[in-house]
Amino acid sequence: MTLIAGDYWSMLAGCLVAIPCAILGCYLVLRRMVMIGDAISHAVLPGIVLAFMLTDKMDTLPLLIGAGSLGMLTTFLIEFLHRKVRLQEDASIGVTFTWLFAIGVILVSTFVSNVHIDQECVLYGDLVNIPFDLMEIGGKEMGPVAIWTLGLVNLCVLAFVWIFYRQLFITTFDPSFAVAIGISATLWHYALMGAVSMVSVASFESVGAILVVAFLVAPAATAYLLTDNFKLMLGLSVLFGIASAILGYLLAISLNSSAAGGMVTVAGGIFGLVFVLSPRYGMFSKKLRTLFKVA
Amino acid sequence: MADQNTTSATPALEVHDLTVSYHSKPVLWGVDFTVPQGTLTGIMGPNGAGKSTLIKSIMGLVEMNSGFAHILGGPLEKVRQQVSYVPQRESVDWNFPASVLDVVLMGRYGKLGLFKRPRKADKEAALSCLEDVGLLPFKDRQIAQLSGGQQQRVFLARALAQDADIYFMDEPFAGVDAATEQAIINLLKKMREQGKTVFVVHHDLQTAPEYFDWMVFLNTRLVANGPTKKVFTQEVLKETYGGKLSLLVQVGDLLAEEGLPPRKG
Ligand SMILES: Nc1ncnc2c1ncn2[C@@H]1O[C@H](COP(=O)(O)OP(=O)(O)OP(=O)(O)O)[C@@H](O)[C@H]1O
Ligand SMILES: [Mg+2]
Repeated sequence: MTLIAGDYWSMLAGCLVAIPCAILGCYLVLRRMVMIGDAISHAVLPGIVLAFMLTDKMDTLPLLIGAGSLGMLTTFLIEFLHRKVRLQEDASIGVTFTWLFAIGVILVSTFVSNVHIDQECVLYGDLVNIPFDLMEIGGKEMGPVAIWTLGLVNLCVLAFVWIFYRQLFITTFDPSFAVAIGISATLWHYALMGAVSMVSVASFESVGAILVVAFLVAPAATAYLLTDNFKLMLGLSVLFGIASAILGYLLAISLNSSAAGGMVTVAGGIFGLVFVLSPRYGMFSKKLRTLFKVA
Repeated sequence: MADQNTTSATPALEVHDLTVSYHSKPVLWGVDFTVPQGTLTGIMGPNGAGKSTLIKSIMGLVEMNSGFAHILGGPLEKVRQQVSYVPQRESVDWNFPASVLDVVLMGRYGKLGLFKRPRKADKEAALSCLEDVGLLPFKDRQIAQLSGGQQQRVFLARALAQDADIYFMDEPFAGVDAATEQAIINLLKKMREQGKTVFVVHHDLQTAPEYFDWMVFLNTRLVANGPTKKVFTQEVLKETYGGKLSLLVQVGDLLAEEGLPPRKG
């Protein structure tokens, strides 16, 4: 197997998807909100399409705004159906995101036809073509656009969890206590979901809407099994994310199959391996019980 | 102290005409009472009486349908830094990847503001609170590896770390052994001596009169509120807990022993 320059860009893009997903995934796993993450990663689709229809370009800013607002709308609708209408949470999630996603699919297939955005790409991503869409500044090639977008998103997510580490930590562990001491659990819930929306929209081009959730869950869940320390969990999940992206890409080229598919397969494989081989089995089975209550 | 207007005569807690309901089913109805500062107050009532709901609504965690709760003469927002809260232990996931010290440090977060990080002084305060509850040797343990009673003490240490004037504790003795319970109650009594006001949701009627100098009896409505000597009577207990005879007989004996007046109904 020989790798060309483009492959390295694709792998880098994969890593840049995996890193913020892994970090945010840790919060989602601990908050038992993985399915809300999944919902958001699907529901941003109509936002992406609308932003595209309005501007007729794949510009980063309108896309982030479009997806961000859809992410907020999803979060709000789920909360509303669950708390005010008193529908079960899983039902609220299911009804909200399938509806929004379906609208997105219809919008894509009827109103938009363009090389950048078609059904295939939206659903499964297009990691292989990333190196060919190059950024130009003053006639100078600056590398693939997607790398710049993803890089920016990585910086934002890292800054977010670095600066607001305490607020996210406390509202994840004990939201009632957080509210009691004046830290709004609702505010940080929405902030986190906003970040998930942003990451989803930046990732969809590379890995597609369907598989984003795998990047959100698998590395974080693997890290959760291995450590009792939250900071270490964040670090390990990033490592597992990167490993899945690189090894998965290599697997995909050697089998000549979908890059995102390969990455998710490897991510699942790593989880399985850790699950079976972890040295601390006692702790393990206990944690699994909580984890499975989540899903 | 909250501000210049707050004196020791300002009530620690004033609840006025408080009604709270979940999905339009009232859980607290027209509750009205005042508790002075410097008391160790027991909040008593059967399961489902609304004790946790009372505390949650005071802490702004559930919406009030009507009425208000004033702490130290004003709304919660004005005195938040002086108010501490210990939720029921079951309210969090103890498998969370956090150490004992991590959790106790959370007690300092309220004072830190948006961007500041905990400093050495905060850590030292947290460690000294851990020492107060006898958990210093466990400071680096993951919280899942503690017994139920130890977890309860972690929550207590976190509340102590807030260094507040008013404490609301929801069943701090649940799942705690007798020796630990004694240690905690001594700690709470010491806090009262320092002029702090402590509210404790408590179930054990045997120990209650010894622990508390003030009591609030609740069963959806307020049944009684006042100094223990005045309100810990058979009549009030009967009204609060209904006709659970065996219990009342026991407490009747207890009242006789303690020399408290068993008011005739
Ligand atoms: N989130 C909720 N949604 C709906 N009903 C609730 C909720 N929380 C409490 N309730 C109901 O409100 C009533 C009062 O509950 P609360 O937890 O305040 O009782 P409590 O006095 O603390 O009881 P316990 O001694 O068992 O802790 C109960 O009937 C309970 O079923
Ligand atoms: Mg309760």
